[in-house]
Amino acid sequence: MEDVDTDQIIPARFLKATTREGFGDNLFRDWRYRQGDEPNPDFVLNNPAYSGQILVAGKNFGCGSSREHAAWAIYDYGFRVVVSSFFADIFKNNALNNGLLPLTVSEGFLQQLFERIQAQPDTRIEVDLEQQTLRVLDSPLQTTFDINPFKKMCLINGYDNIDYLLSLKAEIEAYEQKAITF
Amino acid sequence: MGKTLFDKVWDAHIVTRIPEGPDVLYIDKHFIHEVTSPQAFDGLRKRGLQVARPHKTLATADHNVPTKDQHLPIREALSRHQVETLTKNCKEFGVELYGLGHPLQGIVHVIGPELGITQPGMTIVCGDSHTSTHGAFGSVAFGIGTSEVEQVLATQCILQNRPKTMRIEINGQLGKGVVAKDIILYIISRISTSGGTGYFVEYAGTAIEGLSMEARMTICNMSIEMGARGGMIAPDETTFQYVKGRPYAPKGEAFERAVAYWKSLRSDPDATYDKVLTFDAADIEPMVTYGTTPGMGIKISQPIPQIEELASASARASIEKSLSYMVLQPGQPLKGKQIDYVFIGSCTNARMEDLRQVAQLVRGKKKAPNVTVWVIPGSKQVEKQAIAEGLDKIFREAGFEFRGPGCSACLGMNEDKIPTGAYCISTSNRNFEGRQGPGARTFLASPLTAAAAAITGRISDIREWVETHSNVSL
Repeated sequence: MEDVDTDQIIPARFLKATTREGFGDNLFRDWRYRQGDEPNPDFVLNNPAYSGQILVAGKNFGCGSSREHAAWAIYDYGFRVVVSSFFADIFKNNALNNGLLPLTVSEGFLQQLFERIQAQPDTRIEVDLEQQTLRVLDSPLQTTFDINPFKKMCLINGYDNIDYLLSLKAEIEAYEQKAITF
Repeated sequence: MGKTLFDKVWDAHIVTRIPEGPDVLYIDKHFIHEVTSPQAFDGLRKRGLQVARPHKTLATADHNVPTKDQHLPIREALSRHQVETLTKNCKEFGVELYGLGHPLQGIVHVIGPELGITQPGMTIVCGDSHTSTHGAFGSVAFGIGTSEVEQVLATQCILQNRPKTMRIEINGQLGKGVVAKDIILYIISRISTSGGTGYFVEYAGTAIEGLSMEARMTICNMSIEMGARGGMIAPDETTFQYVKGRPYAPKGEAFERAVAYWKSLRSDPDATYDKVLTFDAADIEPMVTYGTTPGMGIKISQPIPQIEELASASARASIEKSLSYMVLQPGQPLKGKQIDYVFIGSCTNARMEDLRQVAQLVRGKKKAPNVTVWVIPGSKQVEKQAIAEGLDKIFREAGFEFRGPGCSACLGMNEDKIPTGAYCISTSNRNFEGRQGPGARTFLASPLTAAAAAITGRISDIREWVETHSNVSL
């Protein structure tokens, strides 16, 4: 599936909470459940053969609304990495700001990955952020991936963007002195 | 080398650059609403921080508010709690709130411009992807996540990677019945929902220059629907005249100084872009979407494309899923398709011009018996003005419901949901599965096309419809 939008990841009617927790229960709500609360057996998350901490998704994942709740829901459900050939910008930032790694691979590699997982649902994938590699265990399938060095450093060390920005107080005040006003 | 409009505004706001990392960008105006701000305020509390520059943030309640009986307490408990949390947070942190019941309340992307808060050359963010709307004034405006809302509240700055630049030029004369919404749906249908990802877009060309501010807002609003971080249009006399005299606009000599600066906000003739696309305005028709992404749009005269025409297997799978959700067939025309609901509203198309266009077409007519029509103004000010012009009366006589302002059925967070299986022609921005309510089926279109559908009960070609209704002209 391409173009999985954030309204599918977490529908708007579940955005009413004022905390960050608990969104995983409604991850992919309208695909996971049929009318009412009956799980849809055709949906991949309801198939026990497929489970793990890595979500593999089609091109342009996370398009649409800027709701960070989408990243929270995926993380809360238990995923730590999303693999796709292309991510929407805001989703990518939101994921990185929440310790969820959006890992971009080539379209060709993604298709190979889909085929492999379909053929062998118990496929295991190892992601090494330090080395920037993704490896399919017991298989020759592997690739490297790009990540912004600053974001990588933040993810690995758990650095906080706000602490960093607060440390720039003097620079921010200096900017305000010279900023254009009318 | 020359600079683009985007470069000029972005560069003027860089506090510092992180080597091999994002820029630290200063934010001139931060809008917040009830859905994407509570966790950010909680974060401040946990850190023991205040809002760094409270007067640079403005709050409104829009996503969750009812559009009926707005003077009464919100009935739905979770929505009420979220709106009350916003009120409490704004009070605690000293942020101005135009909340439910306030005469200036409205959809965040409608009130910013109408109050003159949105001005050329600014950096503007909001925890809402349609923040791109404000780019119509030549500002760098983009949607952010809640962690970023917290960054801006705490420091008035945001860490942001510099996007690439794209220029989209539309030249020539627009045809009759073709409005801003058609232009943007046309562009997205051509470049896809991910064609703009990684880019900041500048719209230019003679067809864009000829547009009003409200039309420009409609175009910039949907930049995110092609994946772009934002869209912007160089400010010109149309922009200056729009801003002049609005409550938050600079006054007197300050306004003259502002205009002198704003006039410099144009891409230099030798500026280069990472990508340039050019379209002919004459090729654009009234547009309507058939699928479940805004990129699945067609000219009203054309049928839904054949699936075999699509290149990749996964794209074919997506469109098959879309058509199955919409219960439509490849090759089927949309013209004549019966609809059940008409939604005229949202940050895309709920401003005065939109309501005037609809009113002009439906004056003295009655809606089709099979449809329910909701007209949801973008703000209290729009509502007030519409009433002053008698538009509310025209709508009510046509059998439309004219309600209070809010995001409403664009995303169905409040009670305004399209029922499962129903077809809705909507002036909003997203036709995603379930967006307007679980199982709802959405056709995105312009206010003109929506108005015609309200009267005929079917998707209609506004150009043909007007020919048979000689009392109106396009």
